[in-house]
Amino acid sequence: MNQPILNESQIGRTGEVVFRARGLSKVYRLGEVDVYALRSVDLDLYEGEFVVLLGPSGSGKSTLLNILGGLDAPTSGEVIFRDHNLIQADDRELTQFRREHVGFVFQFYNLIPSLTALENVELVTEIAKNPLSPQKALEMVNLSERLHHFPAQLSGGEQQRVAIARAIAKRPDVLLCDEPTGALDYPTGKLVLEVLQQVNQELGTTTAVITHNAAIAGMADRVIRLRSGQIIEIHRNETRLAPADLSW
Amino acid sequence: MPGALNRKLFRDLLHMRGQVIAVALVVACGVASFVLLRNTYRSLLATKTSYYYEYRFADVFAQAKRVPKWIIPRIAEIPGVAVVQPRIVSLVTVDFPNVEQPASGLMISIPEKRTQMLNDLHIEMGRYIEPGKRDEIIISTSLADRNGFKPGDSISAVINGKWTRLQIVGTALSPEYIYEIRPGDLFPDNKHFGVIWISIEALESAFNMEGAFNDLTISLSPGANEQKVITMLDAILKEYGGLGAYGRADQTSNYFIVNELAELQVSGTIIPAIFLGVTAFLIHLVLSRLVRTQRDQIAVLKAFGFSNSTIGWHFLKLALLVVSGGIALGTLVGWYFGLQLTELYTEFFRFPLLEYDMSGQVLLIASLITFGAASIGALSAVNKAVSLPPAEAMRPEAPASFQASLLERLGLQRFLPLSIRIIVRNLERNVVKAVLTIFGISLSVALLIVGFYFFDAIDQIIQIQFKTVFREDATVFFNEPRPARTRYEIMSLPGVIKSEPYRIVPARLRNGHRSRRTALLGIDPNGELQRLVDKDFNIYRLPPDGLILTTTLGESLGVRPGDILTVEVLEGERPVLQIPVADLVNEVLGMSAYMSLQSLNRLLQEGGTISGARLMVDDAQASKLYGQLKLTPGVGGVLIPGSILENFNETLARTMGTSTAVIVLFAAIIAFGMVYNGARISLSERGRELASLRVLGFTKREISVMLLGEQAILTLLAVPTGYLLGFGLCYLLTTSIDTEMIRLPLVISGKTYALTFLIIVCAAILSGLLVTWRLRSLDLIEVLKTRE
Ligand SMILES: Nc1ncnc2c1ncn2[C@@H]1O[C@H](COP(=O)(O)OP(=O)(O)O)[C@@H](O)[C@H]1O
Ligand SMILES: [Mg+2]
Repeated sequence: MNQPILNESQIGRTGEVVFRARGLSKVYRLGEVDVYALRSVDLDLYEGEFVVLLGPSGSGKSTLLNILGGLDAPTSGEVIFRDHNLIQADDRELTQFRREHVGFVFQFYNLIPSLTALENVELVTEIAKNPLSPQKALEMVNLSERLHHFPAQLSGGEQQRVAIARAIAKRPDVLLCDEPTGALDYPTGKLVLEVLQQVNQELGTTTAVITHNAAIAGMADRVIRLRSGQIIEIHRNETRLAPADLSW
Repeated sequence: MPGALNRKLFRDLLHMRGQVIAVALVVACGVASFVLLRNTYRSLLATKTSYYYEYRFADVFAQAKRVPKWIIPRIAEIPGVAVVQPRIVSLVTVDFPNVEQPASGLMISIPEKRTQMLNDLHIEMGRYIEPGKRDEIIISTSLADRNGFKPGDSISAVINGKWTRLQIVGTALSPEYIYEIRPGDLFPDNKHFGVIWISIEALESAFNMEGAFNDLTISLSPGANEQKVITMLDAILKEYGGLGAYGRADQTSNYFIVNELAELQVSGTIIPAIFLGVTAFLIHLVLSRLVRTQRDQIAVLKAFGFSNSTIGWHFLKLALLVVSGGIALGTLVGWYFGLQLTELYTEFFRFPLLEYDMSGQVLLIASLITFGAASIGALSAVNKAVSLPPAEAMRPEAPASFQASLLERLGLQRFLPLSIRIIVRNLERNVVKAVLTIFGISLSVALLIVGFYFFDAIDQIIQIQFKTVFREDATVFFNEPRPARTRYEIMSLPGVIKSEPYRIVPARLRNGHRSRRTALLGIDPNGELQRLVDKDFNIYRLPPDGLILTTTLGESLGVRPGDILTVEVLEGERPVLQIPVADLVNEVLGMSAYMSLQSLNRLLQEGGTISGARLMVDDAQASKLYGQLKLTPGVGGVLIPGSILENFNETLARTMGTSTAVIVLFAAIIAFGMVYNGARISLSERGRELASLRVLGFTKREISVMLLGEQAILTLLAVPTGYLLGFGLCYLLTTSIDTEMIRLPLVISGKTYALTFLIIVCAAILSGLLVTWRLRSLDLIEVLKTRE
């Protein structure tokens, strides 16, 4: 699949701010020691952009993404998603927020083993307001032939694509991916990245992808580098590369 | 073992505290029920034995008409006889203030000066009689309790045809009247009957017994041959109207006690066995599942180079620690409740002392069974885990391969929401696990059924005995058999709507070498006030001729319908009769022999003689009737079924009710422990899946439904199987608890099923709530970080 290189005008980087994070800190108390997972991070994510979060292990990438996705609460700071203040939200509201607005993809696919690919997607479309049809979602990840397979009958890459289909089927506002290719081999990883790219392009979903693989940064609009819980650099790519053109 | 592994053990225990507590509680309940029931039985046996010993309960008993005292040395010479104690015993009519009906008292002579006598008295209140004071009496504690008598009160009794005032100076217990019933009755009615001890001088003069006696109690020297003594005694007493001597086995009170204890022994063996068996199974199930959830950890330990035996020992220690806690708790609780229950029984039996002992053997058996079950459960799971190469064991157990469930293959998937499909597929995927879980919960359902069954059995016995068999308002009985015209005299008494006379004759039934002392009861075959009813409520009509025996009596004598029984009548002319057995009837209580009244009168050649009558009484005139009966000479007393039932409820029913309540409580806790553990383990097995669903935006309520739905289905499936199992266990109990005194009817009421269901549902809801509470703290991020 040879995607044309995208230029800036095609993506919404001039669009509205989807996430506005200010002064985000996350401190874990381990006995006498305070571990700072995040130190006063400021960050905006824009409508429709594709962001890659880079950084060594333990630099706070997952923590940041989990806070943005309403899975975790910061120790201090604020996060605004459009007009929702995530800091003031209680568990019920956060659940609602995830249900309506966020799609997650994790390194380990976390599919429900007792449901088929199609049913794993249906699980989400059943509770979403304006979902894609599950078949359509699976078509987008090129899995139309595997609708009735159970996770155990799918390869890792296929499972991850089901996970992506499940994440995008609700037409989320943001797609948050934590090392989606971490457990996959090289060609399969590329395939998954292509799917993410395609979703971002076709549905205009704001996408944030965590990786510690710097080569992947080439396909992003913006690359955010973290170290020791701080953003040390935000880099804007002039051109986005197609996943097929990345190599590592 | 490395210290780190011990720390892991400690933390694991802490981490799984909910489950640890639940397993320990299950163990505790199993052990407690075992310790409780065994202790109670053993303690009562020990108490009875030392009561009999310390208060010199006699070995041989005999009654006669009038025996001269000079014969005593001859009796004392019989080989084996240690102590001979002659007495004067007489059933007299008494009048208790505050009691409407005439009552009867069994007057027993005691020496004027307190001496070491056989069947010694334990004075509970007041004092012993004083020499020379012939109107002083000691009454039995039961009689005093039921009527509120205290030393200082007085009662009247017909002595030598005259009403005499008697002063109560004390209340007492006697090993001879632990079970205090009027001869021939099945249940005590201590409002209207009791034992009264009075000085021998008073009775000698009153009953014209100077230089004579009519009752004999004998103690035997060790190694004496009871049967020989009885035979020789009978030979001596024959010419003085001896009614046949008998040993402890036929002594009424002892007979009931022995039967009561036999019943306790059976239920005290079977019920704990069931409990421990169930507990053992549950621990096995729970621990093996618990260890399985630690598969990945086992793999890691192995990868680090720990040997299989080190790992095995580690998990075994985990299991043993949990079980030890349960055993310790169960022992304490069982010991305590056992003491309470024993105290309740001693109150019921009116033992003046209490020997509570706990045998180490009981504890050892309980511990071995539970430890064994726990070890097998834990080790088999560990064994399965360590036999895999570490790399493989780190992967989730059994590739999570699913298939469309049966329901879906039948084309029903359109009707199944995804959440239900998840549940159904999970169940189908591991059918064995589901079946075991269902079986485990079924067992606790069955235990509850068994517990409640005892209430049903008592209830059924009451229903049969007091609503179907005896339907009279009152029974009047005479001191001596009365001629036929008395039948009409009774009918003419005020308030008598209906009267059904009966004849009761003490007799010894003999079939070859087997014999039983009992009484022949002659009743009207068409009577409405007393009927023969078998344990299934079938009403049985007496045939015009022949004997009807209760099945227990028939079996004890080894006779069948058609056989001829030798009947030695122990009254009047004392004829020896040959009477055919017409049939056996399976009554719930006692060893009775029935005949039609007419045919009994004919056999005894006595016209229409009667011993008493069952009456239907007009309520409005009852007081008048009883008032008149009190004044009628020859009336021995009146028995009121309502009063007997009250007595029954206050004693036996309360005692059995308490032990049953404890059993039900234990069963309920076991049920809870089982259901809770199921849900909790399911949570740890499926935590990851549930966390994923939460991430996808499912609410806590929605995932609770998915988790608990599976448990709910398992629990609901377990209920009918549990009912069946429970029914089977009850059947087992009815066939084993089959003493001569009582036959448990196999009836399980709808209430029992309903209450069991309710308890199981409550246990399920409670454990559901606890698990849901755990779900709150489900760490979404932690779960997602790790690989499946
Ligand atoms: N539950 C936790 N308790 C204590 N420290 C934690 C916890 N989760 C993360 N951390 C610490 O926070 C820091 C950031 O973690 P994370 O965001 O997972 O990093 P990354 O995803 O970049 O590898 C690390 O130092 C990590 O050890
Ligand atoms: Mg991370």
